[in-house]
Amino acid sequence: MLTRDSVQEMKLAHRVLAEFGYIVPKVQRGYAGQTLYVNLSTRHIEARPVTDEMKRIFIGGKGFGLWRLWHAVSGDTKWDDPENEIVFASGPIGGTTMYPGAGKSLVVTISPLTHIVVDSNVGGYFGPLLKFAGWDALEVQGKAERDVVIVIDGDSGRVTVEEAPAEPVDTHPLAEVFTEMYAKDEADRRNVSVVSTGQGAAHTRIGCLNVSWYDQRRGTARVKQAGRGGIGTVLRDKRVKGIVVRWTGVKADSNDPAELTRIRKVGQRINKEIIDLDDSQNKMRRVGTAHLVEIMNDYDLLPVHNYRFGSHPDAHRIDSRVWDKMFTQGIPDGCFYGCTMACSKGVDHYQVKTGPYAGECVTVDGPEYETVAGVGSNLGIFDPEPILELNFYCDTYGIDSISYGTLTAFIMECFEAGLLDLDKTGGLDLRFGNSQAAIELLHQMAEGRGFGQIAGMGVRAMKDYFVEHFGADRAFVESIGMENKGMEYSEYVTKESLAQQGGYGMTNKGAQHDEAWLIFMDMVNNQIPTFEDKAEALHYFPMWRTWFGLNGLCKLPWNDIEPADNALTDEPAKVPEHVHNYVELFSGITGQEVTKEDLITMSERVYNFKRVFNLKLGFGTRESDRIPYRSQGPVTVEEYESRQERYDKQLREKLGLDPVGLSTAEKAAALRRYREDQYQKLCDAVYKRRGWNCNGIPTVEKLRELGIDFPDVVALVTAHS
Amino acid sequence: MIRVNNQYDVEWQAGMTVQDLLDGLKFSFRMIVVKINGQVVLRPDFATTPVPEGAEVQAIHLIGGG
Repeated sequence: MLTRDSVQEMKLAHRVLAEFGYIVPKVQRGYAGQTLYVNLSTRHIEARPVTDEMKRIFIGGKGFGLWRLWHAVSGDTKWDDPENEIVFASGPIGGTTMYPGAGKSLVVTISPLTHIVVDSNVGGYFGPLLKFAGWDALEVQGKAERDVVIVIDGDSGRVTVEEAPAEPVDTHPLAEVFTEMYAKDEADRRNVSVVSTGQGAAHTRIGCLNVSWYDQRRGTARVKQAGRGGIGTVLRDKRVKGIVVRWTGVKADSNDPAELTRIRKVGQRINKEIIDLDDSQNKMRRVGTAHLVEIMNDYDLLPVHNYRFGSHPDAHRIDSRVWDKMFTQGIPDGCFYGCTMACSKGVDHYQVKTGPYAGECVTVDGPEYETVAGVGSNLGIFDPEPILELNFYCDTYGIDSISYGTLTAFIMECFEAGLLDLDKTGGLDLRFGNSQAAIELLHQMAEGRGFGQIAGMGVRAMKDYFVEHFGADRAFVESIGMENKGMEYSEYVTKESLAQQGGYGMTNKGAQHDEAWLIFMDMVNNQIPTFEDKAEALHYFPMWRTWFGLNGLCKLPWNDIEPADNALTDEPAKVPEHVHNYVELFSGITGQEVTKEDLITMSERVYNFKRVFNLKLGFGTRESDRIPYRSQGPVTVEEYESRQERYDKQLREKLGLDPVGLSTAEKAAALRRYREDQYQKLCDAVYKRRGWNCNGIPTVEKLRELGIDFPDVVALVTAHS
Repeated sequence: MIRVNNQYDVEWQAGMTVQDLLDGLKFSFRMIVVKINGQVVLRPDFATTPVPEGAEVQAIHLIGGG
């Protein structure tokens, strides 16, 4: 049991390995003006200046992260080399309390799953407190010999690396320990934020980061996740147990905005909009992103049984009406100050049923839609209790719930197809719907034992393993294994949306939907019927979404709420009033007058730079944009026949093929050839629109146009062109 | 016949409202912009606005995704 005395004992066991004193700079126009570098191998700590060129070209957030990482690694650096870094950053708008969703941190590293750069966007207080403590970014390089905590004290101007042998590793106790340890008293806890992961990150490739804030109403630390790509695995590989930042005094003008009145004006307007309209729109304040469960089910987009199907008759058992009752209502659930969207819902007083924390009464952070779909419907689990159990353990173990869900769905299909059996899984009956087996698998993954060791490698590595060791058919596992670039797909069925197939396949980081979510625009609205239309959408929306990651922003207030008159605008999908808000935010904070077109250009620079970074690491071409056929169409006879009318109609109308007299297998094969060809044509159109060559590499002309034609960037692109 | 988003054909029925049309298509997403023959219909009016026979309807869903 955690007590003040037990925390003090843990602190007494610390040994300071490195120390750095600094004068805390005042933030000016959204920037602290320097980044912090910590090397765990050499124990060297230094301040590095933020140049005007950095601000102009890379803005902040993942832009700064990419720039620092580019200089830290070579093309041969692997994720577990000491040279790999984890870089944390806010952004110039990050830390603004007068606009919702302005507290995000951006984290970049070389991913253990994909071996290219992953960036992740996460709530909690860390990024803003880091900036106010004097640092626009934090680079962590090297590896410690034993478990350490990095402490950034922005009140005293001191950074330390301390051996931390006694603290637990898992997040739900650790976040409480470090919050207690580094806060002066109860009221001060809100000035502390902790980055942590868990034992699962040490034993899998899919470790996530947890980033905390102190929830004063609940009297507990809560967490959001930098989920994708295995950043937590890198953190544990570096022997970092946690990173703590503290800073006192977050205020409305802590960002030193050039024109506070402009921020206040747009902030007041959208806050009123959220309070007045959210209940009649998405109900984010009551159920968070879980409102999507029934919607995705209605549109045949909810992943069921490894994305074989898009809906299920039992989906109502895990939809938002269920979570509305289970979430504690009436508590301000924002993950940063001033967020009226307040969608970080939680289930309080949940009694853990299994594993090392069985019997404890905890607050479960979530579930979000991705977790409900990923560990729920995609595994054939339509019961909220196991979803909560899996959500809790994914978080505390530091395991990405999306990757866990998708890889477990893959395993379950392999089990039902006879590729796996009880002997191979060590007795785990991993059929769809078996929640007990799914939970036990998670414990095994976290502890690095049994079949969990194999599962924890991720889908891409499991495909190879099943082919080599279990005689699996390569074509089959490639078709059903839902990963792109090595990253497991997030939780949407894309078979009927070619644009979204591109939205996943042509990402920079892998199959995460934070670049583009075009399913409605494409499949339902029919607004982008031609390849050129789709290419335009796959240019604009990834660039628009990238911009949030440069500035420390959450995307939800952009389009998960809309003004009452949004329907009357020319392009309601873009929510023009909110785009204008972001122009005002950037101009009002930095003092630079920008247009909405400038925001896209800012993003294009960083986006293309990241594509070239992938090239530096040996990837980043058309080959890496391949996608599994399960994301495009029916792999199995069962899948084809579940939507036979639709598919037969497409054979007639698109291929001019009469399905009468053909077997299902013959029809499915014809459809597959057609759909795979369509995706290649989409790649052609998108690369052209993005200014890339036919191999998916940015041209030198494009680099020059964007002003990122640095000599080493041009040399790399030229060599590969 | 009602044509929706230039791809869905829906049998017209006398007295059909916008809400009836959306319910029939299972368009349950609430962030929808509806136009009938180019005229915007706002959400508060969905249940009372009739859909004329032969109408071209746009039911534009805003981008979702968490």
